Amino acid sequence: MKEEFKIIANSIQREKSILDVGCGDGELMKFIYENISKKIRGLEISKDNVQKCIRKGLTVIEGNAEMDLQQFPSNSFDYVILSQTLQAFLNPEKVISDLLRIGKTSIVTIPNFGFWKVRFNLLFKGTMPVTKTLPNEWYNTPNLHMCSIKDFVNFCNDRKINLFKSLALTNNKVSSINKFNLNFKNLTSELGIFLIEK
Amino acid sequence: MNEFEDIKKIIIKKPLKLDCGVTIVDYPLAYETYGELNQDKDNAIMVFHALTGDQFASGKNPVTNKDGWWSYVIGPNKALDTNKYFIICANVIGGCMGSYGPSSIDKKTGKKIGINFPVITINDMVNAQFNLLDHFNIDKLFCVTGGSMGGMQVLQFIANYPNKSKIAIPIACSASHSAQNIAFNELGRQAIMADENWKNGNYELENKSPAKGLSVARMAAHITYLSKKGLQEKFGRKLQERDKIKFGFDADFQIESYLRYQGSIFVDRFDANSYLYITRAMDYFDLSKNSKSDLSEVFKNTRTKFFIISFTSDWLYPTAENREIVIALNAINADVGFLEVKSDKGHDSFLLDVPDFLNALKNFVDNSYKK
Repeated sequence: MKEEFKIIANSIQREKSILDVGCGDGELMKFIYENISKKIRGLEISKDNVQKCIRKGLTVIEGNAEMDLQQFPSNSFDYVILSQTLQAFLNPEKVISDLLRIGKTSIVTIPNFGFWKVRFNLLFKGTMPVTKTLPNEWYNTPNLHMCSIKDFVNFCNDRKINLFKSLALTNNKVSSINKFNLNFKNLTSELGIFLIEK
Repeated sequence: MNEFEDIKKIIIKKPLKLDCGVTIVDYPLAYETYGELNQDKDNAIMVFHALTGDQFASGKNPVTNKDGWWSYVIGPNKALDTNKYFIICANVIGGCMGSYGPSSIDKKTGKKIGINFPVITINDMVNAQFNLLDHFNIDKLFCVTGGSMGGMQVLQFIANYPNKSKIAIPIACSASHSAQNIAFNELGRQAIMADENWKNGNYELENKSPAKGLSVARMAAHITYLSKKGLQEKFGRKLQERDKIKFGFDADFQIESYLRYQGSIFVDRFDANSYLYITRAMDYFDLSKNSKSDLSEVFKNTRTKFFIISFTSDWLYPTAENREIVIALNAINADVGFLEVKSDKGHDSFLLDVPDFLNALKNFVDNSYKK
């Protein structure tokens, strides 16, 4: 399983309720279901992925987070997970506010646009970056709103969102992000993992 | 109509007060079963049929000699696997396949009840069928499922008996019959009642049959079960056994001939008054009452796990209406899954060989049984 998923799973307490937004083929959900909590549900936009989740015995709703999160009641889940999907939304700000409303804690991961390889691509090659966490070309990327770790931290600070845990992931190595190493982590990390609350 | 002597039936002794105020008692409920009930009695699935269905969901229907209406779904190793599950399907009250309905004989007069049959609702149908749990001594079903009007019965079942089924799978249905659907049903009823042989509902007494009216009702309804794309691909403007149009009102086009045929075979197996009563029950179905929060309220006591399925080309019970149920269940944090299956086959998709549907249904049912 992806290191990112292990970190997310480790952040969740046993037997708590979880909503995985954009749960994909259900890999993370299945791990959580089998090891941490049975009270997990998913929201997924792709019909094929919903079928895969059903095959795994997972409860998933086919839907679009930007339209369908509003139907979930406030504080209805202990955790809401959003794994590497934020950048693909038309209105990420609205999605984050829905996550904070629905979940007591939200776990958001983002591919870091501040990662040095990304910067290197643009700075020296002069082309839009293509990396492990950003595998698409400019013309077929689903990503609409890319941000860096620093952007996300600033976003939370500006909105007084309680960002109580920030982790960085590079080559499967995890480290903490704090205000002293933020610039450095923003340069050296492929992925940011954030636990946020209202 | 024959008298259905060989079909399975229970006589329900427990009085049932119908929504219209009339109480019925000692009435027959015809049913069929598939598979075996296990020792723990935890493998029972109740299947509810749609408007013109009956209890013969699988295998050969002994009355019509055709395959059961859900033959793609029910059988050994199929989505509802008869090697694993015990499947019960009853003919709804108001129906015409042996359950208490307008074509039943009134004991007092010795004649068919006809239009003196009380107006029934989906709620009444479900309450009548609930008696089958007692009959089989089943405390809790594993699953309730059905499509279209069958799906409405699933919703009503859970609303009435919140914890009498582990899982519920309403398919291609709605929690509240739409104006458009009421309109189509009214069209069908008017076609029947406009037939001079309907005789104000007493056609049986005069040995008549409003076959033309019922046939037109079926033709109109049949169109609503298909999609525009499906019709176009299957029939287009193809001509029926001729090279040129004939400048008349014969069935020049294959679609005309097809609809006429569908209408004509329907009248052999279905009672016109049953059609009136059952469509009326559908029209009266409204779990939402005034608002979405009312629909949530209906389900607030349930711990049943739901899986709702709709079809992309179903314009009779479109995805948006199925999604209303999902939204209402989400609002009370119920355990609910949802899938919209891609299919060009319209509302009828749930009756047909649509692999994405059959696979999803099987996977959900089998995985839910394991747990």
